[in-house]
Formats: sequence, C-alpha cells, structure tokens
Amino acid sequence: MKTAVIVFPGSNCDRDMAVALETVTGRAPAMVWHRETELPEGTDFIALPGGFSYGDYLRSGAMAARSPILRAVAEAAERGVPVLGVCNGFQVLTEAQLLPGALMRNAGLNFVCRPVALKVENSQSLFTAAYGAGEEIHIPVAHHDGNYFADAATLDRIEGEGRVAFRYTDGVNGSARAIAGVLNDAGNVLGMMPHPERAIDRAHGGTDGLRLFEAALGVLA
Amino acid sequence: MKVNVYVTLKPGVLDPQGKAIHHALEGLGFGGVADVRAGRFIELDVADGTSDADLDAMCAKLLANTVIENYRIERA
Repeated sequence: MKTAVIVFPGSNCDRDMAVALETVTGRAPAMVWHRETELPEGTDFIALPGGFSYGDYLRSGAMAARSPILRAVAEAAERGVPVLGVCNGFQVLTEAQLLPGALMRNAGLNFVCRPVALKVENSQSLFTAAYGAGEEIHIPVAHHDGNYFADAATLDRIEGEGRVAFRYTDGVNGSARAIAGVLNDAGNVLGMMPHPERAIDRAHGGTDGLRLFEAALGVLA
Repeated sequence: MKVNVYVTLKPGVLDPQGKAIHHALEGLGFGGVADVRAGRFIELDVADGTSDADLDAMCAKLLANTVIENYRIERA
C-alpha cells in the first residue's frame, strides 16, 4: 500500500497522520508538498491532514483547494483512489468541491477541542467497514470551523444516499443534522472533522480511530 | 482599475459572528439594531479592460464560496 500525506504550509496534523498510516501499513507515507503537481507513481491512498493551511486565509481550506497538488488529488479521486480529509482536510475537500457543503464557524464561536461520541451512520463504506452499523465510537475533535452546512435538498440527498458516514451524538459545533463526516457519490472520498489519527494508540485515551485506517488500507485485523 | 467585491452570506445561512456582533452592540447600549450580518470586502486592482466575465469567474472560483455566500462586484 503506497500512501501519501499532502502537506500545506500551516498543516499541523501531517506527522500524526503519517504515524497512523505507517502504524497500519508498516510503510512510511510519501509526504507531498502542496506545490507538487503529481503524486508519487502508484499512490493508492491519499490523506489531507488537519491544521490551518495557508493560515485559513480567505476561508478555511480555500487556498489549499486551489493549490497545484489538488488537481492531482482530484484526478486520483476521479480514478477511485481513496482520499481521506480530516478537519482542515475536510474543509479543503469541500472547498475543492470533491465533497458537498461547506464548513462554517462553530455555532458557539468557540474552538472545540475534546473527545466526542460519534454514531457510525454508514458501516458499508471502504473507510467504515470495520465498524458496526449504528456503533458509537469516540474520537477527538479540535476545530473552530466545523459547522457543516448544505442546503436542505443536498442534505436530504446525501442522507438518502447513505453518504453521511458519522454523526455527532450531541451538539458539538452546530452542524446541520449533526453531520460529522461525509462521503462522496462514489464512496472513495471521506471528509470528517474528528481526528481518527489521534485515536490509534491506548496512550491517546482510545483506539477507535484505528479501525478506520485498517478498513481503508485493506489490513483488517 | 479598482474593483470592489462584496462577499455576503446567503439569506438563511446562520451567521454566528453577526449574532455575536449584534449582542456586543446591544451590550454597548445600542438598542434598535434588528440584525447584523458580517461579510467580507475585497478590493482588487486589475488591468483596465478586465472583462465582467473574468471578474465574475474570480468571484465564483475563489473569492466567494457559492455554497454559502453571494457576491457583488462594483467597478470603483
């Protein structure tokens, strides 16, 4: 499994993501700088990490979504390569229109940084197949702009198509319909605000994030 | 040529920052403010003869996120 982590100026969860990928695959990911125009040959999993790419200038994820490497990421996603965007990575994926909706300032205006309970809404996707349907898992969040918004028709559509991967079990940031993670139409792109890479070791306080990587990277225990 | 771009949240999109500003105004004793919506103002200095279509594309592709925002272009 050849994995890649995209690194933007201001990314700060790229190394945690790399540790998660290496823990599960046994092989260090390629760290790909935002100015690159191509992914390493044979990349078969792409992660967009959390952080504050480009200092959140204009809108969170807006500049990163227009960076040169994102064209290569979009092409890979189109070919079916799995793409995981966490936190700022989720914001980048919505800004790049690889996922529907937008992530706005938290309804309470505060930065939210704590473990949260999530309900696994779709346990059939390549990212969530190791979870049980409706299972409650615990993963940390750390964000200021995690308030998911889409118009009612879009929300109805993605819910009807089983594209809501995770929902918060109680209020975290004001997200429409408590949505914490969304899949694309083809199911190979997942964006989520909670950080699964921060829940892969017992020293983290929980390991519920590990199964996401194990499922997505094809190494189900 | 100066061009002003006003980016505003679409009607119906909740604006927590506007709400906080509203509360702060009330806290300062300014009554009679019915609502506050916060947006973004961007000033461009572009080549003379830049077309409306190009300006529109700049807004739609980057300056505004049309999922949540409207924009208005004003040639200064």
